[in-house]
Amino acid sequence: MTNSIHDMGGMHGFGPVTPEPDEPVFHADWEGRVYALQRAMGATGLWTIDGGRASLENLPPLAYLDASYYKRWFLGLERRVVAHGLVGEDEIAAGRALRPGIRLNRKLTADDAKTMSFAHFDRPAPGPARFKASDPVRTKNLHPATHTRLPLYARGKLGTVEAVRGCHVFPDTAALGTGENPQWLYTVVFAGRELWGEAADPAIKVSIEAFEPYLDPA
Amino acid sequence: MQLRVRALETILTEKGYVDPAALDQIVENVETKIGPHIGARVVARAWVDPDFKRRLLEDASAAVNSLAGFDPVAAHLIAVENTPQIHNVVVCTLCSCYPWSVLGLPPVWYKSAPYRSRTVIDPKGVLTEFGVSLPAGTDVRIWDSTAETRFLVVPMRPAGTEGWSEEALAALVTRDSMVGTGLPKPPEDESEAAR
Repeated sequence: MTNSIHDMGGMHGFGPVTPEPDEPVFHADWEGRVYALQRAMGATGLWTIDGGRASLENLPPLAYLDASYYKRWFLGLERRVVAHGLVGEDEIAAGRALRPGIRLNRKLTADDAKTMSFAHFDRPAPGPARFKASDPVRTKNLHPATHTRLPLYARGKLGTVEAVRGCHVFPDTAALGTGENPQWLYTVVFAGRELWGEAADPAIKVSIEAFEPYLDPA
Repeated sequence: MQLRVRALETILTEKGYVDPAALDQIVENVETKIGPHIGARVVARAWVDPDFKRRLLEDASAAVNSLAGFDPVAAHLIAVENTPQIHNVVVCTLCSCYPWSVLGLPPVWYKSAPYRSRTVIDPKGVLTEFGVSLPAGTDVRIWDSTAETRFLVVPMRPAGTEGWSEEALAALVTRDSMVGTGLPKPPEDESEAAR
């Protein structure tokens, strides 16, 4: 979903930021296990990182806000393994496997995990970039019911292309499982006042990483 | 949660989808291998080596991968430099995108609703909550990590650190200073170590 609670930029009412001195990497063992399960299941290639994000965004808003970060990951993962037919609802309820698993193309081994690998999302360009640095652009006023990476606060706004970042997997289609559909990616910078009105601090600029389908020439 | 997570791990293991030894290894990686010490070494190198700094700002992934003793970093690392005119701050309003390969996993506050909601609209207010007040006349630039590009802030080298070793400088570079919600430690804090 796009206009859902995860898209928080510019909202009021969440209170102050509370930094935690000497914060541990995980605050409980189960957080580390959720993190690892997410990485290991991600390595099976059954869904994309964008599909994973979409499953978090599709949590009911109250559940999303109520859950700690890794609990949200857990809830998303639980939904995803069921939605992909890997695990049955009855097995979740039973807390154990009731049937053998289906065959996967890839299973992460401890040896694989020794090398920290980070996925690459850049792809060969299907065509030339439509924009170049310093081009004025306006973001589209899009409200798809499915996953997108164009935040609400930056829709329909006038900005400037600051950099061309290459061609990347397009999250909007990758999340749906309908293909990588690579698109040019740009850093687009906005004046604070364009986003937040005349009362905003003139010393503020905000940039987003915008895929070409999000942009019109201005 | 402990029980629910253990149940899901049991199911996924019994069905042959995950190997518990691989899970152990993944946890060990993020608890011991990656972390802000990597970014701090990169920043310290940039402070002492102008040619490295130039390459870092041009193509951070390639520059970091050219250093000995580093695991390869994510493909699209972008380094942004603080100057007396511009202070950079990194956020992910939509989720929790963060430069794992150089800073490790993000802290809770980075993933929290207050930070994600307010940084783009009231960055100076957010910085105040971190105890950071910028000199008047400093512009603030927010980088919202809405794609797979990742941002590393290169803070300004503290005054009074002339002639310091790279290692001593790295000890001044805090995690928050590389996200933009902090500044490097003042040299007084580490001058014992530097001597």
